[in-house]
Amino acid sequence: MIAAGHPVLRWTTWLAVALLLLAAPFLIEAVLGRAWVRIADVALLFIMLALGLNIVVGFAGLLDLGYIAFFAVGAYSYALLASPQFAVHWPFYVLLPLGAAVAAVFGILLGAPTLRLRGDYLAIVTLGFGEIIRIFLNNLNRPFNITNGPQGITLIDPLQFGGFSLAQSHTVAGLTFTPAHNYYFVFLACVLLSIAVSLRLEDSRIGRAWVAIRDDELAASAMGINTRNMKLLAFAMGATFGGVAGGLFASFQGFISPESFHLIDSIMVLCMVVLGGMGNVYGVALGAVLLTALPEALRYVGPLQQRWFGEIFVDPSDLRMLLFGLALVLMMLFRPSGILPARRRAVRPSPAGAGRKPHAAG
Amino acid sequence: MEIFAQQIVNGLVLGSIYALVALGYTMVYGILGLINFAHGDITMIGALVSLTLLQLLAAAGLPAPVVLGLAACGAMLVCALLGLSIERAAYRPLRRAPRLAPLITAIGVSILLQYSAALIWGKQYISLPPIIEPLRFTLFGAQLTSLQAVIFLLACAIMAGLLWFIKASRMGRAMRATEQNPDVAGLMGVNTNTVIAFTFLLGSAIGAVAGLMVVLYYGIGHYFMGFMLGLKAFTAAVLGGIGNVAGAVLGGLLLGVIESLASGYIGDLTGGVLGSNYRDIFAFLVLVLVLVLKPSGLMGRSGGDRA
Amino acid sequence: MQMHKPRHAFTALLAAALIAGCGQEAPPPAPKADAPQTPEVVTVKIGSASPLTGPQAHIGIDIRNGVQLGIEDLNAKGIEIGGRKVRFELVAEDDEANPTKATTVAQKLVDTKVAAVVGHFNSGASIPASKIYADAGVPQISPASTNPDYTLKGFSTTFRVVAHDGQQGPTLARFALNTLKSKNIAVIDDSTAYGQGLADNFEATVKSLGGKIVAREHTTDKDTDFKAILTKIKGRKPDLIMFGGIDPQAGPMIKQMKDLGINAGFIGGDGMQTPNFIKLAGDAAEGAMASIPGLPKDQMPGGKAFLEKYKAKFNQEVELFAPMGYDAVFVFAEAMKRAGSTEPAKFLPEIGKTDYQGVIGPIAFDGKGDLRSAPITIYVVKGGRWEPLEIIKPDGGGEPAGAETPAADQAPK
Repeated sequence: MIAAGHPVLRWTTWLAVALLLLAAPFLIEAVLGRAWVRIADVALLFIMLALGLNIVVGFAGLLDLGYIAFFAVGAYSYALLASPQFAVHWPFYVLLPLGAAVAAVFGILLGAPTLRLRGDYLAIVTLGFGEIIRIFLNNLNRPFNITNGPQGITLIDPLQFGGFSLAQSHTVAGLTFTPAHNYYFVFLACVLLSIAVSLRLEDSRIGRAWVAIRDDELAASAMGINTRNMKLLAFAMGATFGGVAGGLFASFQGFISPESFHLIDSIMVLCMVVLGGMGNVYGVALGAVLLTALPEALRYVGPLQQRWFGEIFVDPSDLRMLLFGLALVLMMLFRPSGILPARRRAVRPSPAGAGRKPHAAG
Repeated sequence: MEIFAQQIVNGLVLGSIYALVALGYTMVYGILGLINFAHGDITMIGALVSLTLLQLLAAAGLPAPVVLGLAACGAMLVCALLGLSIERAAYRPLRRAPRLAPLITAIGVSILLQYSAALIWGKQYISLPPIIEPLRFTLFGAQLTSLQAVIFLLACAIMAGLLWFIKASRMGRAMRATEQNPDVAGLMGVNTNTVIAFTFLLGSAIGAVAGLMVVLYYGIGHYFMGFMLGLKAFTAAVLGGIGNVAGAVLGGLLLGVIESLASGYIGDLTGGVLGSNYRDIFAFLVLVLVLVLKPSGLMGRSGGDRA
Repeated sequence: MQMHKPRHAFTALLAAALIAGCGQEAPPPAPKADAPQTPEVVTVKIGSASPLTGPQAHIGIDIRNGVQLGIEDLNAKGIEIGGRKVRFELVAEDDEANPTKATTVAQKLVDTKVAAVVGHFNSGASIPASKIYADAGVPQISPASTNPDYTLKGFSTTFRVVAHDGQQGPTLARFALNTLKSKNIAVIDDSTAYGQGLADNFEATVKSLGGKIVAREHTTDKDTDFKAILTKIKGRKPDLIMFGGIDPQAGPMIKQMKDLGINAGFIGGDGMQTPNFIKLAGDAAEGAMASIPGLPKDQMPGGKAFLEKYKAKFNQEVELFAPMGYDAVFVFAEAMKRAGSTEPAKFLPEIGKTDYQGVIGPIAFDGKGDLRSAPITIYVVKGGRWEPLEIIKPDGGGEPAGAETPAADQAPK
């Protein structure tokens, strides 16, 4: 018998996971239909967002309620420079890094004045920041038209590798790659990269510095950590993920408007992080998948209610929000560290402070 | 000049509503150091409960003052109970947990309240026919209704009452003691749990009054109405110095006037670059500026490490 | 791809669930009754996509109901296409008024192999979804999206049976200048795609016709306090205030106008021509005007019958876009009849040639898929009810399309 942790077993597991991920869109299409491949695409985007927010909230302990703003910034950076809006069509390999950079700048812009604030004040300011960005996007169509205002930007270029457009169907070796399939593989690659970056960050000096700040800022700065720079870095890194995800979203949808970037979307990403487990990369990814799939599954609740009771008592969208709200409350009350708690927390000796739960997220 | 006076009146009335909601934020924050995110939604529940009561009672043909009184009592009762139970179920278990935990819980409670309201009242805007036709008069060229005057005076009266209560009553003393140091207050024989519960009860009841005023003033109610109102009111509380009762009212009035003047004049001042479409940004700008430049607000104590 | 079977089974299950979900009064007995006589009944699925949940559910359900009624009427008539009896079937999906959900739903409808889609409501949903329908070659008629951009993507599958902002806004403007003789006009919008599009087009036309805009203000679709902008407008002494937005704002707005002692007229688009506006505004609503694409419904051939049928079936008044949804179904059916096929690829070219007399008026499309300048009716609140005030026929005489198309082309930017 091969012992757990044996290299052979480990490699076989990894291989199986890799194969499963590659085959997933086809399996999903066969079992659930093509629409669910699109849902999988969206789930992958949300994993990226959740991973980004996890850096800010999970690692550095800075509650950001306006995170979707970075997603918006990335999306608009891409859309403005790859659409008929300004008749500019830059390639994605310029625009995605650009979107990441612009988002990072916005992250620092947000971070710099708010460094002194802690916890709840920071939450409110970031929330305000998110709304300010959305209001600007919605209104920057006058006196000069930059964002096309509430009408949004349409005809955004899809991702294109040479002559290979992701927005077209291709048949390779008997398999049909629809746009949904094409984007799946691109998004998957980005998510894997994000996970790798997150894991490396977590174990790095920077990651440990963030955790130190999260657990006790005063102690961290006494230990010689430059808390200002570290917090700024957290905002910038987190924003980068959002920026890239935004660019991908714009190319995937082909149309964006400010209504896709509401506060409720920020809260949704926060739910993913909290539910999955703040600070745990895999937990956060799991949270994103669960919370993307759940609403889609809940769609079937409406027709079912009507069949059973003759009318719809609870709108599925309401039910979803009620469940989200309940999940936030119950998670904080009973399992504050999420479905998959951060592993560092588990091995750490519990703090001496009486009444403080060892697993409590900070 | 007439227009300017009118804008000031608009701002003061809007600000009075902010002030009424801000009182609830500031009381809870003063005692617990917790932003009760759900407070705006408690106001919303107060508004919708009073709307329903007003409709029912007016349809029953009762005289207007009785209708108003009963609706106010009903809404205050519902909100007070709601505030109490939220504190007991969602916040009390987390009192010694790290800061993020109760804040996230509060967001959860806020969502729960909104969508419970959507279930009960639906998602349509609900309208209210006028209960009393308000008197109209002119002041410095500005149009004013009796209802507007009542809203302004009510905000001031509730503030004065609260100030007196906190200063003079036994419970008020206990509240101040708990605010300064809950542990020591406990040692001194103050039942801090009761004090905190009472604070929630009082804050929520004032929120209900605010809700009633919103419904009477705008004649409209909606499950989502508490969100923006709550955010603005919180800004007002921060502006005035969070934890400070008089500051909340001052902050509310100021914010109302700032918003009113800004959306009235920014277009002309900036030559059309900015306009009334940026109205909601002013509140957030005020918030960010105050927090960054003077976190203790206009009337707050300096040096406190509450933030 | 060997696993096709379970997927079809799932789809069928889903369809069954949805059909069962769409009201018990739906005509499930029809196939049983028809089956023995004509074994060759072809089932054609028509998709309906609109927000069935969320804050705009009442409008989305209204659209779905219109589509459902259209399908039931067609089935009751018993239609033959290409010599075979056809039974239509409704597949209703909820796009939650959310652009991302809209594309998922569109893909779902395509997966279900619908022949055509009536949808969506929001322009923000119709536009991204149109790409998916176009890729699949499924024709789409939006009953309600008024953003001019919707038909500018060059897709042959994209149509709408509602006047877009570039048609309604200018009509309102001409009415304001020519009929109301307004000298000083103030314009407010609600910062949404619909409201701002309408207001921008209105403003542009007023200016181009030499009218005077004295103020241009904005609010949001969540606001209830308009006193600040109204006070500013009061200082400019307008004789007409035009609002681009929907009833939850329009109602309180006109009330606050009266509170501030503004004695200007109030006019808006179809978003405020609702019974709810009058409820929200109370007595202040008196005299407010709003336009609606199409003729007054009770003056249309079949319009009165439609309203009565709708009332009888769903036990409520038509909200807004049900007639458009109803007509869209018939436009599809007529095109299928002419093409003699229910294959989207075959009947798609026929949709462009539509010349149909619907509940909302004559329906014909221009090259982009927009409704050729249809009549627009202005309503006024009189005695607590919306009454038709004036019917504005497309101007320019001869070729109606010619008069409207240039305006529409300028409109987007």
